[in-house]
Amino acid sequence: GGMAAAAALLLLLLLLLLAAAGPGPGRADAGRERRDALREELLLSPLPTGDVAATFQFRTRWDADLQRGAVSHYRLFPKALGRLVAALGVRELHLALTQGFWRTRYWGQPPLQAPAGAELWVWFQPTVTDVDKAWKELSNILSGIFCASLNFIDSTNTVIPTASFKPLGLANGTDHHLLRYAVLPREVVCTENLTPWKKLLPCGSKAGLAVLLKAERLFHSSYHSQAVHIRPICRDASCLAVSWELRQTLTVVFDFFSSGQGKKDWSLFKMFSRTLTDTCPLASQSKVYVDISPKNKENELLEVSPPPTSVHEAIVQGERKTYAVYDLLSPSLFNTSRSLNVQLKWQRPQDSSEMPIPTLHAQRYVGGYGLQTGQICTLIYNTHPYRAFPVLLLETVPWYLRLYVHTLTIITKGKENKPSYIHYQPAQDRRRPHLLEMLIQLPANSVTKITIQFERALLKWTEYPPDPNHGFYVGSSVLSALVPSVTAMKDMDVEQSPLFASLFPSSDGSSYFVRLYTEPLLVNLPTPDFSMPYNVICLTCTVVAVCYGSFYNLLTRTFHVEEPSRGGLAKRLANVIRKFRGVPPL
Amino acid sequence: CTSRFWFNYRHVANTLSVYRSVKRLGIPDSHIVLMLADDMACNPRNPKPATVFSHKNMELNVYGDDVEVDYRSYEVTVENFLRVLTGRIPPSTPRSKRLLSDDRSNILIYMTGHGGNGFLKFQDSEEITNVELADAFEQMWQKRRYNELLFIIDTCQGASMYERFYSPNIMALASSQVGEDSLSHQPDLGIGVHLMDRYTFYVLEFLEEIHPASQTNMNDLFQVCPKSLCVSTPGHRTDLFRRDPRNVLITDFFGSVRKVEITAEALALHRGVAALESKFPEEELATEPLKYAEQLPVAQIIHQKPKQKDWHPPGGFILGLWALIIMVFFKTYGIKHMKHIF
Repeated sequence: GGMAAAAALLLLLLLLLLAAAGPGPGRADAGRERRDALREELLLSPLPTGDVAATFQFRTRWDADLQRGAVSHYRLFPKALGRLVAALGVRELHLALTQGFWRTRYWGQPPLQAPAGAELWVWFQPTVTDVDKAWKELSNILSGIFCASLNFIDSTNTVIPTASFKPLGLANGTDHHLLRYAVLPREVVCTENLTPWKKLLPCGSKAGLAVLLKAERLFHSSYHSQAVHIRPICRDASCLAVSWELRQTLTVVFDFFSSGQGKKDWSLFKMFSRTLTDTCPLASQSKVYVDISPKNKENELLEVSPPPTSVHEAIVQGERKTYAVYDLLSPSLFNTSRSLNVQLKWQRPQDSSEMPIPTLHAQRYVGGYGLQTGQICTLIYNTHPYRAFPVLLLETVPWYLRLYVHTLTIITKGKENKPSYIHYQPAQDRRRPHLLEMLIQLPANSVTKITIQFERALLKWTEYPPDPNHGFYVGSSVLSALVPSVTAMKDMDVEQSPLFASLFPSSDGSSYFVRLYTEPLLVNLPTPDFSMPYNVICLTCTVVAVCYGSFYNLLTRTFHVEEPSRGGLAKRLANVIRKFRGVPPL
Repeated sequence: CTSRFWFNYRHVANTLSVYRSVKRLGIPDSHIVLMLADDMACNPRNPKPATVFSHKNMELNVYGDDVEVDYRSYEVTVENFLRVLTGRIPPSTPRSKRLLSDDRSNILIYMTGHGGNGFLKFQDSEEITNVELADAFEQMWQKRRYNELLFIIDTCQGASMYERFYSPNIMALASSQVGEDSLSHQPDLGIGVHLMDRYTFYVLEFLEEIHPASQTNMNDLFQVCPKSLCVSTPGHRTDLFRRDPRNVLITDFFGSVRKVEITAEALALHRGVAALESKFPEEELATEPLKYAEQLPVAQIIHQKPKQKDWHPPGGFILGLWALIIMVFFKTYGIKHMKHIF
């Protein structure tokens, strides 16, 4: 009785004290709810060839208006990128650094593909007056943040696409003069690009899913792509206010032979040489998805262990897929062991003949011979049995490959195919690259071949890189298409669905948007012999010295006959001795 | 590192090992400008990607997990190097690519690559001479960009590079004298190239024993790698340096200690800050819902008007041509015909 009353009094006193303390100096944000949230997820999808693709996505969403410039307190959103967006008037930013090539024909449609090298495309706000100046500053600042040579982006590799690369975020007008696109195919991606990318994550690489990101395993792969996407999105369903979203994605494909040692069974430890130990305390959601969709409508071939917390079904890229979900925030996952090692095992060996072919895939190569002319050939395959759809092709060719547009031919099934829209901007030497955008209708079950001839230019000798015999790269061409889905997709709530399904805003469920990239091309330009100036100087100097020098001497020198001197006493004595010996005198 | 191509793996390993020691002894990445002329770690020829080893026992990955390269690949040119030293950089260069030093900074410069008598080769296409380097250091001295400077070079005939220095407070070390070649340490049959140069290998061994509080001085660094181990004779130059090398600590250049005070008491912020933070700017809500753009609006694209070329007024050449034509016309026919035109 008395004890309970005393305890209640104590509690009341405590409550009073807390209330009296009030919003102290350090608790200014106690009244305001958290305006930023972090979601992280990892998607493991086994590929038909035995490889496995792992896609990490870290999404920080911030309910604040960065454009106003009134924000000064950064919590989860990295300050470096926030200040960049505010200062340069950026509406959308997409930067991808990739090593390797995604083989669509064998691996299927990628969730998000990027071309080899570095790709940067940015939409600016309409308030920006000098877009080119802002673009140059932006590429310089990003080169410092990501330790990449993005400062080589200038007018010779920047284009303004007119129809591709529509904004992925909220937009109330798409004046394409605010868009800039550049690709640097020669860019190398290594640990020095991964380090600053990891530092942008709220938990760094210390907790959560990012502990798996070890450079030695990530770069020992067939395909490694890391990207940063910043865009404005709807804050809620009514979409009256804007939130800013930062997505950091990393896709890596582990090779069956080199990382898998020839066995198709994968596990987190085998891929990353680490297991998951705890969650990032700043994340509101942290999940691992494993694609266990049956490939040929029979019983599930893939077995995952430990047993997942739930199973999720979704229609992704027009097909119904099943995912095993591990929710790292659920307390039941880590109570048995401190680490989570997801293992994928095949129940019975897969037939190699059942590889599904993606609906849209393409390839590109250089034809011709010699060092003067050549042609770029692109083959686009539409393998859908009865549906035709249009595809938008964007090609950026450097100025030193002089394209001849009158040789452009598009042939489908033996007949010429005229594009519905064509935009060609010719190059200006040393100032602007070629830009060719075409909207081509692909009939069902067909192969379309696009060829265009070019002539190689001779560069000035100072314009060659230090290793010119390596060749010059032509960036990948971009194919954007609305591919008809096998299963109609419903409108989904962005917050509820997994991150990998909500990157592209979908308009209607009958088709899904996909952006594919073709291979980059390596072209040899006629290279001069750089030792030639040295050789010429040596030869000229020798000729001048020997011929002219001799003539000069002959003409300008006078010759006298010189009396031999009698010599001193020593010499005369030596001559006497020599006469006795019979040796000729000195 | 100034060399390109896979067979110059050892130059990248040299630079990375010095970078690693310097980071270990406390200098943060923001104070280091690292220039690597080629990428060895993620080179397709590297059998162990994302690693650079210094010894064939493959114990030490000098590339590490935490490396930040400021100047990569084609950016390593003589011009960029001199611009970094002298501070004459284009205004849009990010901070990590600048040498932000003042007159209280001690600077360590380490260069490695292929060199000769009086020059160092950059990327197989250009050279920097010892005269240019000496002049750059003099510019730095005049602009008060350094307090003391330690210059280490590991190339063939490296001593020729410091012969021409004339600015005060510079100490220089080189791996070989004029007329001698610097040799590499040992090849690795798995990777297929020589992994490191001898001089830097023994310098790395020496530095691995240094910790941030050690009292080793410069005289010990001069003794590293005698002729018996290095086959070339390392040289050094201290006549321009004001202090006696015996009194100069290794950590003066290779390490840095920052003063950190740890306190357990809470600090009360000004009341005004709390008021500022709690007042969030009023946000204007849109009157009608915003929407996402259509990714491939086929109908809109097909009917897109071709971009009108912006009209520019005629340039000087066209105006001049027209002025010439009109002048010739009036000279021939006389000015009284002008009324027929206007």
